[in-house]
Amino acid sequence: MDENLLITMRDISKSFPGVRALSHAQFTLRKGEIHALMGENGAGKSTLIKVLTGVYSLDAGEIHVAGFDGPVVNHSTLEAQEKGIATVYQEVNLCPNLTVAENLFIGREPKTKIGTIDWREMNKRAKDIMDGLDIKIDVTIALENYSLAIQQMIAIARAVDMDCKVLILDEPTSSLDDNEVEKLFKVMRDLKAKGVGIIFVTHFLEQVYAVCDTITVLRNGEFAGEYTVEEMPRVKLVAAMLGKDFDDLASIKKEGAGHVSDEVVIDAKNLSHKGKIKPFDFQIRKGEVVGVTGLLGSGRSEMVRCIYGADRAQSGTLQVKGKTVNIKEPIDAIKAGMGYLPDDRKADGCIGDLSVRENIILALQARNGLFKKIPAAKQNEIADKFIDMLQIKTASRETPINQLSGGNQQKVILARWLCTHPDFLILDEPTRGIDIGTKTEFQKLALKFAEEEGMSIVFISSEIEEMLRTCTRMYVMRDGAQVGEISGEMTQETVMAAIAGGGE
Amino acid sequence: MENFKKLTKKPLFLPIFCLILVLLINLIKSPDFFAIKISNGVLFGRVIDILNRGSEIAILAVGQTLVVAVSAGTDISVGSVMSLSACSCCMLLAGYGNTNVSALVMPIAVGMIAGVLMGGVCGAFNGALVSKLKIQPMVATLILFTAARAIGLLLCNNQITYIRVEEYKYLGNFIPGCPIPTPVFVAIAVILVVAIFLRKTALGLYIQSVGINSRAARISGINSDVICFICYVICGLCAGIAGIVASSRIYSADSNNIGLNYELDAILAVALGGNSLGGGKFNLAGSIIGAYTIQAITTTLLAMGVSTDVAPVFKAIIVIIIVVVQAPVFKAYMAARKAQKAHVKEAA
Amino acid sequence: MKTKKKLDSNTVLIIITICLFVFMYAVGCAIYQNKGFGNLQTFLNILINNAGLICVTCGMTCVMLTGGIDISVGSVIAMDCMLLVYGMTEWHMGAVPMVLLVLLIGLVFGLVQGFLVGYLQIQPFIVTMAGMFFGRGMTAVICSGQISITEADNPTFYAWANTKINLPEFLGQVNKHGKVVVPYMRPTVLIAIIVLVIIFLMLKYTKFGRNLYAVGGNQTSATMMGLNVKKTKMLSHVLSSFLCSIGGILYCLNTMSGSVNQARGLEMDAIASAVIGGTLLTGGVGNVIGSFFGVLINGTITVLVNTNGKLLSSWANIATAALLCVFIILQSVFALVKARRNK
Repeated sequence: MDENLLITMRDISKSFPGVRALSHAQFTLRKGEIHALMGENGAGKSTLIKVLTGVYSLDAGEIHVAGFDGPVVNHSTLEAQEKGIATVYQEVNLCPNLTVAENLFIGREPKTKIGTIDWREMNKRAKDIMDGLDIKIDVTIALENYSLAIQQMIAIARAVDMDCKVLILDEPTSSLDDNEVEKLFKVMRDLKAKGVGIIFVTHFLEQVYAVCDTITVLRNGEFAGEYTVEEMPRVKLVAAMLGKDFDDLASIKKEGAGHVSDEVVIDAKNLSHKGKIKPFDFQIRKGEVVGVTGLLGSGRSEMVRCIYGADRAQSGTLQVKGKTVNIKEPIDAIKAGMGYLPDDRKADGCIGDLSVRENIILALQARNGLFKKIPAAKQNEIADKFIDMLQIKTASRETPINQLSGGNQQKVILARWLCTHPDFLILDEPTRGIDIGTKTEFQKLALKFAEEEGMSIVFISSEIEEMLRTCTRMYVMRDGAQVGEISGEMTQETVMAAIAGGGE
Repeated sequence: MENFKKLTKKPLFLPIFCLILVLLINLIKSPDFFAIKISNGVLFGRVIDILNRGSEIAILAVGQTLVVAVSAGTDISVGSVMSLSACSCCMLLAGYGNTNVSALVMPIAVGMIAGVLMGGVCGAFNGALVSKLKIQPMVATLILFTAARAIGLLLCNNQITYIRVEEYKYLGNFIPGCPIPTPVFVAIAVILVVAIFLRKTALGLYIQSVGINSRAARISGINSDVICFICYVICGLCAGIAGIVASSRIYSADSNNIGLNYELDAILAVALGGNSLGGGKFNLAGSIIGAYTIQAITTTLLAMGVSTDVAPVFKAIIVIIIVVVQAPVFKAYMAARKAQKAHVKEAA
Repeated sequence: MKTKKKLDSNTVLIIITICLFVFMYAVGCAIYQNKGFGNLQTFLNILINNAGLICVTCGMTCVMLTGGIDISVGSVIAMDCMLLVYGMTEWHMGAVPMVLLVLLIGLVFGLVQGFLVGYLQIQPFIVTMAGMFFGRGMTAVICSGQISITEADNPTFYAWANTKINLPEFLGQVNKHGKVVVPYMRPTVLIAIIVLVIIFLMLKYTKFGRNLYAVGGNQTSATMMGLNVKKTKMLSHVLSSFLCSIGGILYCLNTMSGSVNQARGLEMDAIASAVIGGTLLTGGVGNVIGSFFGVLINGTITVLVNTNGKLLSSWANIATAALLCVFIILQSVFALVKARRNK
């Protein structure tokens, strides 16, 4: 093994029931290198990391770690830690109620002669560590008194102090502001100088160019390439992540022609939700299909959630068909004629143990109210109609929804909204994690409803191709803010340039 | 074998199986178990006794089922709330401070309705703590678990209040001319009202949605907090009704003893009914069969000479067995063992 | 350089508790001065009457720190008392063997509950609720009547119970007959204080103690940091049941009797004391010093109600429940405010 190599992962494959998360992926980390791991949703980044840190076992492939002969297998994060692989997750994995010093040392506290915890020694060493990182804080008070950024630093300090050779940072910057990110970068550069190898997972392109040396791109669970930062301009990186060869980007023609009336259905001004989405404007007309584009974490879901009231807007005004409405809860939005197909199907969409029928009529029932129960016969009729129309593959309408495949579950949720006949329907990643055939079906359905029923539709997808086919214009999101709008002649190229922004 | 397996998968298998088991044991022990005779114009017999005494538990189980389904927690205050509603009813009927009356200060119906409403108020208190302040259901209901009984004692001036009026006994015993004990009718009425309410409105669908996935339910336009609150109020009302029946049975309000240990019976009825204590889907019929099974167990234990004080030992063990079998960790362990066995067989 | 510590909501809760105790006691002294409320002995009596509760609350605090709860304590105490009294009166066993037996039963009880909670991951409330009814039932299995223990039954135990530890004479007060009454304590109080100190040191200076906080703070993080969460949870229940057994012995030394209805609702007193003393129901925050003040408040309420003489004793229960309710709501409100601020 090359002396400089810290980690080599070869031919890694991992499947979950029904999904092939990784297939022959590879990854190499060298000493003193900051290595970005990039990829869109479902590309397999987190699976790769979890395989490395022992959260998942792998189906096939080999992992070599410097200092260990032959392939190694980690069964738990603890084992990985003992091999010098430390991980800092997006969600700070520390105990907020313990002091800073304790969080640094828990599990390996310094002891006095009689075996009790030596608080003085622990606080002293903790202070030294934090001073070493140039962070001046009181280590004797509870962690929860500090900002997320400091907490993130402490998590990193804990990892570093455990003599790690490899540090994995899994989206550590999502909750940090610019200043804090700069501080984190300084720490990363210091560690790099000490020869630590860092794997950096992030959605922010800016940050990759600010701090990383090498980029590995994963796509659909496969290795798409390893590049140095210099040879990889932004647009090329986005193309690599989205799986388009930059040189022959064919412009895709929108399929439906679509005529859009002048009637404005939704007109939002200055809506915002602190910490999630900065103030934005949004407008959609009758029969229009509008896209919201941006990388994952750019605020595209947060924007529509704010309109729908899933995250209550803290500022701004919202007009539906010219009338100002106050949306406090999703039910208000539903009554105003909105529908929202959430991106997290499992957590926000499906009611697991309930039948397909019950899942379909849920939103319609909620709009009707508690006392106006939809008669059983009518429920069956609605369910059958949509099972037939959307070709939902289910044993019967009484089958629990969690026995269906992902695509069919998604169709059930779509049916839930279609049966309320919304004026305005938000489709947030309707095509994620479902097979190609169903994906095309969803695009066609969106166009069909816009055209035939005059529905206004927001279509969000990681795949630009899909949006080009369906949308007449797109809002562009970056780093939690709306940064622009594109319309007219759109090609993959223009969209990608807009997503990547700056630096070109 | 295959058919039997299919049968065990039916939702009502567990409660009916348990009920039959208990009845069979009784039949073997005393062959005259099912004998019913008429004396003094009313029915007598073990089965009648079970149906009669099981009424309170059945009524409580109705409310408890909803609470478990919606909040994945249980209301442990039901027994104490029974006692409180009985005390408020008797206090109103007898007038404060009177402990032994043969003439009432107000119509029976007013007192009884007030008692039931008192249960509803308690339920609303629990519901507010759980749904609005997001306090774990059992901690929230622990407050009334102690306080309700104490308040009942205050209302009755620390004494047992007797209502020596024939009409007051009707609800808990017999209405002259009717051979069937009245509590059976009360239980049927409560069950019917709740069942019809669940059938005619969308409440059942809402409760299950909130219990299974409250986030998704909210996105779909359901106000989870309100649904949770309603369930606790219904549970409180049920406890109120059960309290009045229990009080009428002994034509008095004995704060220290009415509803004692009933919370365990109610929770056990829900668990025996095949409902998961983890919330979500529920089956009202199962809980009701569960309730009568519990009563059958209690009656059997009593017949075997086990005192009411000792009976909770057995019930506690049954509860633990049921929750252990329901526990995901246990299920996963059993599944792994089964897979291993199959693997060994294959290898051989 | 020492930075000034910010007053966080948890400290505020404890300060409220201590102020509340001082205030209540002061009010008691002002109103019932003629009934001797201001005497040192009244305060010592609170300690004597609540020695058992102090032990139980220490155990409860440990369980609640992990985010769990133990509502079986009242029944375990009833079972312990009944066993002690029955063993010494009917089986004519010695005091020491019976005490050891009770402690052993506490350990086993805790082990079973802890296993179900920690390793089978069943809600602690359900497990300990079953434990509550089991314990109460077992009490009736031993004996369903009310029995007391006299000097003739077991002189040793009787002697333990009636030993007075006199405080220095200058603390004494002259009564109306002109005699100096020296305030006294019981050995039970000493044991309770020792338990309190040991648990305090354990929580602060041992690995196990800190693990309890870590598990309650964030279970996922604790696992990620390599702590054995399941074992920690189990041990917390073992500790709770063991301390509860010690509490049961102290309780028995105070009452010298056993009955099925003994210590009914004591779980509520213990939980209320811990919560009033600043232990969060969600776990991770709290310490036994706060819980000690919680017990004192609880005891003072009872004494106030008793000294009044006209009030029904159930007022004490209601006041405790109401106080618990207020503190739970306070905690909940603080948590909501904190969540909003962090957003």
